[in-house]
Amino acid sequence: MLLLLAMALFALGLIGVIVRRNLLVMLMCMELMLNGVNLSLVTFAQQTSTAAGAVLVFLIFVVAAAEIAIAIPIVLVLVRQRRTLDADAYTELHG
Amino acid sequence: MADAMLLNLVLFLPVVGILLLLFVPAKSEGTIRWTTFWVMVVQLVLTTVLYVHYDAAVPGLQFETRLPWIPAWGVYYQIGLDGYNILLVLLTAFLGPLVVAGAFSAITKDVKLFYAMVFLIQFAMLGTFVAQDLFVFYLFWETMLIPMFLIIGIWGGERRIYATIKFFLYTAFGSILMLAAVIYLVYSLQTTTGVTSFAFADLNRMQLPLSVQLVLLSAFGLSFAIKVPIVPFHTWLPDAHVEAPTAGSVILAGVLLKMGTYGFMKLGFPLFPDATRYLAPLIMALAVISIIYGACLALVQNDIKKIIAYSSISHLGYVMLGLISLDLIGIQGAIIQMVSHGLTAAGLFLMVGMIYERCHTRELSAYGGLAKLLPVYSVFFMILTLASIGLPTTSGFTGEFLVLLGAFRSAWPLHVAGDTLPLVFAASAVLGVVLGALYMLRFAQTFLFGAAKAPHAPVVDLNLREKLILAAIVAAVFAIGLYPDEPLRKTELAAKEFQQRVTGVPIPGSAR
Amino acid sequence: MLTLIVLLPLAGFFLNGLLGNRLGKPFVTIVGCGLPLLAFGIAIKSFLDLLTGGGAPIVETAFTWARIGGQSFDIAFWLDRLSGIMVLIVTGVGTLIHIYSTGYMKEDKSYARFFAYLNLFLFFMLLLVLGRSLLVLFVGWEGVGLASYLLIGFWFEEPDNARAGKKAFVTNRVGDAGFLLGMFLLYWATGTLEMDKINAAFMGPTAPLVSASLVGVLLFIGASGKSAQIPLHVWLPDAMAGPTPVSALIHAATMVTAGVYLVARMSGVYMHAEAASQVVAVIGLATAFFAATIAVTQYDIKKVLAYSTISQLGLMFLALGVGAYSVAIFHVYTHAFFKACLFLGAGSVIHALSGEQDVRKMGGLARKIPVTFVTFIVATAAIAGIPPLAGFFSKDEILWFAFASGRGGSPVLWAVASATSLLTSFYMFRLVWLTFFGKSRMDPKVEHHVHESPKSMTGVLAVLAALSAVGGFLSLPHFLEPMLPLPEVPESLHHLETPLLITSIVFAFAGLALAAFFFGNGAVRAARVREQFDGLHRLLSGKYFIDELYERLLGRPLVWLSERVFLRTGDRMLFDGTLHGLAGLARRTAGALSRVQNGNLHLYAYLVIAGMAACLAWSFRHG
Repeated sequence: MLLLLAMALFALGLIGVIVRRNLLVMLMCMELMLNGVNLSLVTFAQQTSTAAGAVLVFLIFVVAAAEIAIAIPIVLVLVRQRRTLDADAYTELHG
Repeated sequence: MADAMLLNLVLFLPVVGILLLLFVPAKSEGTIRWTTFWVMVVQLVLTTVLYVHYDAAVPGLQFETRLPWIPAWGVYYQIGLDGYNILLVLLTAFLGPLVVAGAFSAITKDVKLFYAMVFLIQFAMLGTFVAQDLFVFYLFWETMLIPMFLIIGIWGGERRIYATIKFFLYTAFGSILMLAAVIYLVYSLQTTTGVTSFAFADLNRMQLPLSVQLVLLSAFGLSFAIKVPIVPFHTWLPDAHVEAPTAGSVILAGVLLKMGTYGFMKLGFPLFPDATRYLAPLIMALAVISIIYGACLALVQNDIKKIIAYSSISHLGYVMLGLISLDLIGIQGAIIQMVSHGLTAAGLFLMVGMIYERCHTRELSAYGGLAKLLPVYSVFFMILTLASIGLPTTSGFTGEFLVLLGAFRSAWPLHVAGDTLPLVFAASAVLGVVLGALYMLRFAQTFLFGAAKAPHAPVVDLNLREKLILAAIVAAVFAIGLYPDEPLRKTELAAKEFQQRVTGVPIPGSAR
Repeated sequence: MLTLIVLLPLAGFFLNGLLGNRLGKPFVTIVGCGLPLLAFGIAIKSFLDLLTGGGAPIVETAFTWARIGGQSFDIAFWLDRLSGIMVLIVTGVGTLIHIYSTGYMKEDKSYARFFAYLNLFLFFMLLLVLGRSLLVLFVGWEGVGLASYLLIGFWFEEPDNARAGKKAFVTNRVGDAGFLLGMFLLYWATGTLEMDKINAAFMGPTAPLVSASLVGVLLFIGASGKSAQIPLHVWLPDAMAGPTPVSALIHAATMVTAGVYLVARMSGVYMHAEAASQVVAVIGLATAFFAATIAVTQYDIKKVLAYSTISQLGLMFLALGVGAYSVAIFHVYTHAFFKACLFLGAGSVIHALSGEQDVRKMGGLARKIPVTFVTFIVATAAIAGIPPLAGFFSKDEILWFAFASGRGGSPVLWAVASATSLLTSFYMFRLVWLTFFGKSRMDPKVEHHVHESPKSMTGVLAVLAALSAVGGFLSLPHFLEPMLPLPEVPESLHHLETPLLITSIVFAFAGLALAAFFFGNGAVRAARVREQFDGLHRLLSGKYFIDELYERLLGRPLVWLSERVFLRTGDRMLFDGTLHGLAGLARRTAGALSRVQNGNLHLYAYLVIAGMAACLAWSFRHG
């Protein structure tokens, strides 16, 4: 059950990242994916009665928090320049 | 033991030279030039000592050093002199001071870096010739690329970037294939004999099936063929020569091109004898095509450096012809032709450099009647031109005559036995002497004779430094032309060994 | 001793070349003429030694040039009857011409350079005639080609002169290619390049494994290059651009006879090469006749003599072709005297006329330059074959053997050769009449300065004229008999010898008479004939347009091939094009691939998902 929920969260997040163009929404969907993964980890930890999954969840919390703490200011600075949240507007890093 | 140390000293002297240069401030250009020159002179003196002490009657390596380097891979630092490389080592050492002295007034920016590059190239070339371990050989072979790339790319002419990239990529492409072949070769040695070694001596003992030999010979051969260069892999040469500074061209024509022919002689053919015999008609055809094609193209050039570049292709065709004739006279002739070409091409490029410094153009049509304006220059030019086309008493004649005689001597019995193709090739190669006269005399004609004209006139004749450089080359040319027995003594055993290994017939040497 | 003969002129080359300009003309004169004279002296001594030894060859090995695989190439010198005669001719006539040059080139600013080159030539020519092996001969052979190149283009500021020099060198090289092939074949067959051993091998019991005729033809190709036979004759007339002493020495007396010497020297091979001998005879004869027809129409005094030389050389090859080797050498000997005299006489005329060479602007010189006139007439009579001058003896022997030799003589050969002799006499006396007789057609300024040449020149002319007169009495064929036996003459033909002799004398005088007839009296009758046969005249004076033919068939196609096919299509389009194509391919591929990196986040996300899905699928399949 819970696994299904985790999978659903992850899938929703994935689709959201691919489909949505709003940068902030993409970030939120990435959070969704991470949380889906967290949920599945916790479920597995509980099912197999090991602690490894739970520990990994803590790690992911921290990394996610740090990542968001960096990502959102970057987005803010970019938006201050271009005045749009559309991901397709930012394509300078091309080859 | 002392002599073995001497060889190591000769090899590493250029590295010492670079270290010395590090201590000289970049601004004192005079000191830089003279330091480089004297180090090169010391190297020449030491090499001459080695040459004199080389015992022609002893087969195998002399002054050998063999130290374990990467034992796990079977890599040894092994160097030594034998009949294959002794003349080429001497040639390299001989041209060293001449190249440096020739560039005194030509290179005026980044002088320190330039001479450091010259030292590095000298190190790489000597290393390639004296290496007796395949790993060491390959290492030195690759080392040669970078300094040449920089020399052409920094101090070259207008299209230097194009020329140097072309040179680098073309040569490196061949080298990559060679690397794959090297690895496969050593791997084969390991699986067939259980011995892991890169040493030439061990590799030569291997017996590989023909199909494997063909593939490996193609890989090695391509790399060497690009270096020689053999038509159709030659197009990098005219551009590289034209855009390189004089010293670069002299090094390139004088020694670098010989690395390709040396590769064939030391590695390519002896390691894969069955494949060599199988592909002999093809190799012979390519050699003759190089001779004729190179000569024809030299006939219609208007850039004086390009004329000499294409003539190099033609001359080295003779070397390949001599090697593939598998006749002792032809092989000895090929070795002499290598040295002779090194001298004459170096001399001619030096002369082109001298006139370029005065008149700043390489257009043939801009010049005329130089015999009147620059009499001393013209005398040297005429001598080198005639040596280039094989006038008897010069080294060019010795090389060409012996090569053609050898090619013919091996082709005629085949013709009598029914295979006329080699004879057709050999006869076509003789045509090369006519074409040679045609393009070189056309060059001399426009350049030296007729109404006198030269840009930036009045032009000054040769100064003492230039005269001494050219006199040294001319003296060597005549020495080999008049008394080739001396160098031939030293290479005889190697030539015999080469012939025996490739033909698989242990005979005293004549092809009759 | 022999080595010394060869080295003395070489020393002269170095001394004159390096120090000549600094030490002045007297030094150059003494060294330049003295050393050849000394060489001549030593040659005489060596020759006497040879005679006292009964003709046994004197051999001197100088050093070993190379040893390969147990076989060695030595530098050795060989004096026997044949090379003895050649050495004497080369050093003797050579010294005379050197002395002549001191007068002729007196005003030239490159006096030292001239003598340096002349000495260099002498060195190489002596290598050629004294060499024991074909290798040494070839060194001399190429060397005289070099000297010829330098001397033809001596006044190099005129581009035409340099061009003539290049033409000579390249044409010679074509011959040399054939020579080399013949040499290689001989080396393979006999294992040596030493001519005495090769001849012995061919004359011995078992014939070597190679066709003597093939070798003969190849060596003859080389000979025709050097001795200006068809089709390699084109360089000789152009070579007249050089100073006249050069034309006399190199292109009349010595270098051009090298081919004749080569064939005579290799007589052992040719005696067993019937086909090759026939080729030699026919080409020699054709050349002789062909050149004579051209000589009739030339107006440049030196060109007439040039074509005359080609023609006379042809007769020498005719003699060689029918097996009369010693007779050919006899003609070399007499030809050296009278041709050198003629050329030097022409030089004297040119000198007297301040550089004029066109006979249409001469005339009436007989009384003004008497010594030149007399010597020229004597030499002309010699070449025309008027007895008892030298040319009569040698030419007559050639004609006799052309008719009667058991090795290929035939009436046809004799007939064409006799016609050639008639023409020879005719055009030579034509030259005499136009130059020396009749009313003066000279430019008044030139006429004012006409003067006889200095003693250095006239003295030599006198000596050569005297030799042309009496030289024939020394029967060389008899002297060379032990080495070069004369061919057998069938019994049935013996009685024809005297009638043929008389015929040739008649022809010689007929030529004289015809020349006087047409060209006396202001050459009116000749002019009328020329108008009537205009086309023929244009063909002949245009030298049958052979030069133009070569240019069309060889020169232009070669350049076209090299430029269009090799350079443009080959090098640029094919080879470089492939390279540039590959480079372009790499560039375009990189460009296409780099479009993946377009900066669009969503695309990257898609690609990550797709890659992940592919990996998952693969790992499930191969689980």
